[in-house]
Amino acid sequence: MKRLTLSALVIAALAATAVYVALKPASDTSPASPSADDPTALVARGEYLARAGNCLACHTAPGGAPGAGGRAMDTPFGTLYTGNLTSDAKTGLGQWSADDFWNALHDGRGRDGRLLYPAFPYTNYTRVTRADADALFAWLQTLPAVDQPNRAHALRFPYDTQAALLAWRTLYFKPGVFQPDAGKPAEWNRGAYLVQGLGHCSACHAPRNALGASTDPDALAGGLMPGQNWYAPSLTSPHEASVADWPQDEVVALLRDGVTPHATAAGPMAEVVFGSTQHLSAADLNAMAVYLKALPQTRPVKNEVAGVQDELRRERGAQLYADQCADCHGERGEGRPGVWPALAGNRAVSMDPPANAIRTVLGGGYAPATRGNPRPYGMPPFAASLSDDDIAMVVSHIRGSWGNGASPVSSVDVQRLRGNLR
Amino acid sequence: MNRISFASTTRALFGLFALSVATAFAAPGEHPDIDLRVKACTGCHGAEGRAAADGYYPRIAGKPAGYLYNQLVNFRDGRRQYPLMSGLLHTLTDDYLQEIARHFSALDLPYPPPARSTQKPAVLAHGERLVRDGDPARDIPACASCHGSALTGVAPALPGLLGLPHDYLAAQLAGWKSGIRHAHAPDCMAEVARKLNAEDIQSVAHWLSSQPVSQGGKPAAALEKPLPIRCGGVTEAAR
Repeated sequence: MKRLTLSALVIAALAATAVYVALKPASDTSPASPSADDPTALVARGEYLARAGNCLACHTAPGGAPGAGGRAMDTPFGTLYTGNLTSDAKTGLGQWSADDFWNALHDGRGRDGRLLYPAFPYTNYTRVTRADADALFAWLQTLPAVDQPNRAHALRFPYDTQAALLAWRTLYFKPGVFQPDAGKPAEWNRGAYLVQGLGHCSACHAPRNALGASTDPDALAGGLMPGQNWYAPSLTSPHEASVADWPQDEVVALLRDGVTPHATAAGPMAEVVFGSTQHLSAADLNAMAVYLKALPQTRPVKNEVAGVQDELRRERGAQLYADQCADCHGERGEGRPGVWPALAGNRAVSMDPPANAIRTVLGGGYAPATRGNPRPYGMPPFAASLSDDDIAMVVSHIRGSWGNGASPVSSVDVQRLRGNLR
Repeated sequence: MNRISFASTTRALFGLFALSVATAFAAPGEHPDIDLRVKACTGCHGAEGRAAADGYYPRIAGKPAGYLYNQLVNFRDGRRQYPLMSGLLHTLTDDYLQEIARHFSALDLPYPPPARSTQKPAVLAHGERLVRDGDPARDIPACASCHGSALTGVAPALPGLLGLPHDYLAAQLAGWKSGIRHAHAPDCMAEVARKLNAEDIQSVAHWLSSQPVSQGGKPAAALEKPLPIRCGGVTEAAR
């Protein structure tokens, strides 16, 4: 009995502390930037920065009004719904001040002081300068008001509590504006600012732990995207999506056009190119490329092929490839330059985990339509015409052929990734 | 008086948007490689968009360009929900979707003869009655009053109803009735489908899918009479 009371007391005390700390205003508020002399330029700059952050991609529901929120974000902890950022006084940011917005962006706190969920990537946005935050806010205030109340998140206990958020923040969040490295060139610093901050690349490209936190976000070592069934490949591994040995202009081309002679942006990255990076200036894309090319690289390891398929499955995989794939991708996986990607020596095919190769066969896809590539080529989905086992066999064939040297995949792998694609 | 001015306004408006749609879809000569670029579509919709044999994916070849464009936009923007379609389209622009719509619309391919229906004559008769005459007692307009007396659609934005598989037709009507499928507001098909019961939907789908395609499936050039109901999707095509 005594023990129970004690536990209850401790919990109550903790909860009280949590509420106190949660409601305490952020101490780390830099002074407002004095750059508000030219409001038009400020708004234009904010619009550009919003592209860099791809704000509207998440804060717009499919078919909904731009910026009015309501898009569902599936996480392992439940579903979050993005907020209304339009200038509506009742349901949007109409009554917010630049300081309120700064507290949200820099410190992950709402106008009422409540802690925000880090699905809003303030762990990245905290690196944004006050001047840029003010420009973003000025632009958001020009979004036509849309009366659309925010939808309540549907999270499981205890993730739906402020105390859980406080604990999470204590462990994984430290507010702090980007500090340039004086030993590095200006381009590198600009690239780092964009990649680590508004670009929030680590939100996908860094591994997350069981509590959904990236312990080393700047490493960009690759991560499975929860709820999306895609793998955001490592940008530091030569086996995955490192660009260290790419020509600088190909890195820029991938971000600007969504396609290069050797790679195509697909899945969620196609969305990023479509909504964000294709709109960035040549200087900023160059800076991002400089930074990404300079990321510390992991050493290549010899790929161990695990698991062997029996003769029958190998034959069936090869037959499926000949019937369904070879017409475009070539009998030896050579592709057709400028039209269909080669599969021989394609890292997207051989990387582990094999999620993206399987997802691409299931759902097909188009490269993003951009100014540089306005009429992209596409691949049909096979989710409706091939069974899980057929897809496993054909993907295993592709991963095991033409020197790709990657392990076979199983029908369970396919089933797990199929999701709503059928 | 009110009625007359409403009708003439409707006619004038219709003329106006028919004109602008015609301009929007005036094919300026296709890019020669478009057939390679739409391979993502023909995987399911069959070679050249003729429809595949599995009874679900609709033929898209030869449908009015405005209708096809509307559907592509609807899938991309979430008014129609089918993950494989929205997944393909989410990073494509209006311009490119218009080009894809024009490409399939311009294909002039023969239709195969319809499948022989095994339904009872009473079912088919009920379906035919709804298609040709509607049911005035229940305020259900005839399908033919919008989709053309030959049921091959009306350019630019009203689709034909023949040459489509039963399962596809029934699924679309049921989808509209239950709110899964949407068109631009005011969503006239949703309004009509909500008045149909399960038997109506089956009868209409059975009768339509058992009819040979007349006029080579080509849509009529213009409506014979103004639409009996306001249809947002049709007006939107004008934009």
